[in-house]
Amino acid sequence: MSFRARHLLGIEHLAPDEIMTILDLAERYVDFNRRTVKQSNALAGMTQINMFFENSTRTQASFELAGKRLGADVMNMAMAQSSVKKGETLIDTALTLNAMHPDLLVVRHGASGAVNLLAEKVNCAVLNAGDGRHEHPTQALLDALTIRRSKGRIRGLTIAICGDVQHSRVARSNLLLLGKMDNRVRLVGPPTLMPSGVAEFGCEVFDDMKAGLAGADVVMMLRLQKERMDGGFIPSEREYFHRYGLDAEKLAHAKDDAIVMHPGPMNRGVEIDGTIADDINRSVIQEQVEMGVAVRMACMDLLARNLRAERGARAAEVMV
Amino acid sequence: MIYLTNARLIDPEAMTETEGSVLLDGGVIAAIDGDAPEGARIIDCGGKVLAPGIVDLGVQVGEPGARHKESVRSAGLAAAAGGVTTIIARPDTDPALDSPEMLEFVTRRAREASPVRIRHMAALTKAREGREMTEIGFLLDAGAVAFTDGDRVCTNTKALNRAFTYARSLNALVIGHPQEPGLSQGAAVTKGKFASLRGLPDVHPMAERMGFDRDMALVEMTGVRYHADQITCARTLPALERAKANGLDVTAGISIHHLTLNEMDVGDYRTFFKVTPPLRSEDDRLAMIDAVAAGTIDIICSMHTPQDEESKRLPFEDAASGAVGLETLLPAAMRLYHSGGLTLPQLFRALSLNPAKRLGLPQGRLSEGAPGDLVLFDPDAPFVIDRFALRSKSKNTPFDGQRMEGRVLATFVNGVQVHDAGL
Repeated sequence: MSFRARHLLGIEHLAPDEIMTILDLAERYVDFNRRTVKQSNALAGMTQINMFFENSTRTQASFELAGKRLGADVMNMAMAQSSVKKGETLIDTALTLNAMHPDLLVVRHGASGAVNLLAEKVNCAVLNAGDGRHEHPTQALLDALTIRRSKGRIRGLTIAICGDVQHSRVARSNLLLLGKMDNRVRLVGPPTLMPSGVAEFGCEVFDDMKAGLAGADVVMMLRLQKERMDGGFIPSEREYFHRYGLDAEKLAHAKDDAIVMHPGPMNRGVEIDGTIADDINRSVIQEQVEMGVAVRMACMDLLARNLRAERGARAAEVMV
Repeated sequence: MIYLTNARLIDPEAMTETEGSVLLDGGVIAAIDGDAPEGARIIDCGGKVLAPGIVDLGVQVGEPGARHKESVRSAGLAAAAGGVTTIIARPDTDPALDSPEMLEFVTRRAREASPVRIRHMAALTKAREGREMTEIGFLLDAGAVAFTDGDRVCTNTKALNRAFTYARSLNALVIGHPQEPGLSQGAAVTKGKFASLRGLPDVHPMAERMGFDRDMALVEMTGVRYHADQITCARTLPALERAKANGLDVTAGISIHHLTLNEMDVGDYRTFFKVTPPLRSEDDRLAMIDAVAAGTIDIICSMHTPQDEESKRLPFEDAASGAVGLETLLPAAMRLYHSGGLTLPQLFRALSLNPAKRLGLPQGRLSEGAPGDLVLFDPDAPFVIDRFALRSKSKNTPFDGQRMEGRVLATFVNGVQVHDAGL
């Protein structure tokens, strides 16, 4: 087993063997989660705090369930309506919570790098549940697990990531993970929603959906993040759907057995046609949600092991 | 009387480097390579470098409004320790330095609290709001050396045109911040692979060129004397060269940070590397060093911007911009010397002579009769920068923990020693 990290802040600093370790363990938690009795004591006695500075339903629920199934004491803090509103800084919030001795902090924040900043100031393990436009590592890991289960491998595939790449932390983490695993990654979207310099990451960039999807094994759609836009990135939603929305006609350019993914929540009729999203032969969107809980359990389990090993080593030093 | 002997003299006017001695008497350089007169204090420089003191164009002092970040006293002490003998203070104080009464106040504070000279720039428009010009005439009479709204770009081109036209009639120097504000709004880093990887709001380097092009059109219309505070992108250089070739009265500066650091230094969101404009690519950095060597870029400054811990301990895009530089300007500039990019006369032309010339000051020269403002330093002495050892009240230096070569040994202002690091 190899997973040495203290925190999970992003895919950037993970080695391929660490990614495989997480996926292998997550695979076991998939089976575990399908049992009637799903209770483990991997995190027994540990405290997990979910700090969501941005509103989230799905991810927060997934992390909460993952922690509870592992036996942790889970607390949710809706930061959007708390002391942050009273002017407390991020670091003070972190120090306050740190004084309560949590073991795992799950953090989502609207500013890129905010979770890194917070991780420098606390003694526990920090899990990035999405920071600004930077990274969302557990999403990339659950996507990888979904792909591996569906395609039998997570190497040598052609994967098209389509839509609002510019505002997407999911796209960045996926780009890094799939690149580390030697896949051919394509980014497809209007040039106004394509970040600069992405061609230097070793991926191909397309502004034509059909060309971008040609021969793809996996089609990963992204949500159009209207809340992060300050206007004028696309002419209208209907033109966007016409040119970049995934429908049967465009999907026909991908391989016949290509799977369709979406990190949710979906804007039906904007980036994806409802019938494609619901097509059980192509869409693995529900499976992604299932994998999400398993991957988060695996990540927290591994971080807790490292935390215990570190504290054990420190305790041993004191004894001597 | 101070007689400095056995020194390596840097003369940025003649662009020479010679062995010799300097006599300071009556506040001026009384003699070069003369004999030591009776009663003079003799300092053996041990072959170290003696150069005209730095004239740092664009220092933010926190008085009035942000004395907790930098007082006149702390800025003066930091300058003395860094070999800066004249601070050219920015008007982006709180409130902005936009009236002759305020200028009188800060001039008095400078006289009573600072060991080095401080001259002030005034705001070009009232409250730096870009609507109405300040009392440029009165401010000139009260001692303002230039007029600028700092890094706030005036979007009201009609108002700016009037201010330039009026400034031209008084032969005043205006200083612009070349940036197209619509494009750079909200930006924290330069557009490119690094910005995308970090997911930070970015600005294309072309925004600098667009801002510069607009200002050049206004300079051509009005004939005003113009200095661009910071030119940091290779893409702006052809426009700068063209403006100079066309005979416009234009000069340009750059901060030491843009000459010694690049965008990658931000690393994992290190906010001490957040400056305005943002750090550029390595290609840009190298092009800028060549431009200083060629004289296309005239002036190197510290763009000293003190920020307290609280304003920097935030997520990168929310954190305040700016870095302190008075004490690190000279050691950082020595990196350019040791890497072979610039000679010592080239460096002191940009650090001392050119800013003084542009502002009409007698400083920045190593010649008989010039003011007795000198810096003595060892260009090879290694040391590690500890930000908590800085004299500035704010400790936001991007060079914390970095190895430097080039240590200031002594600083002289008006013929008097104001800093002594032990010879």
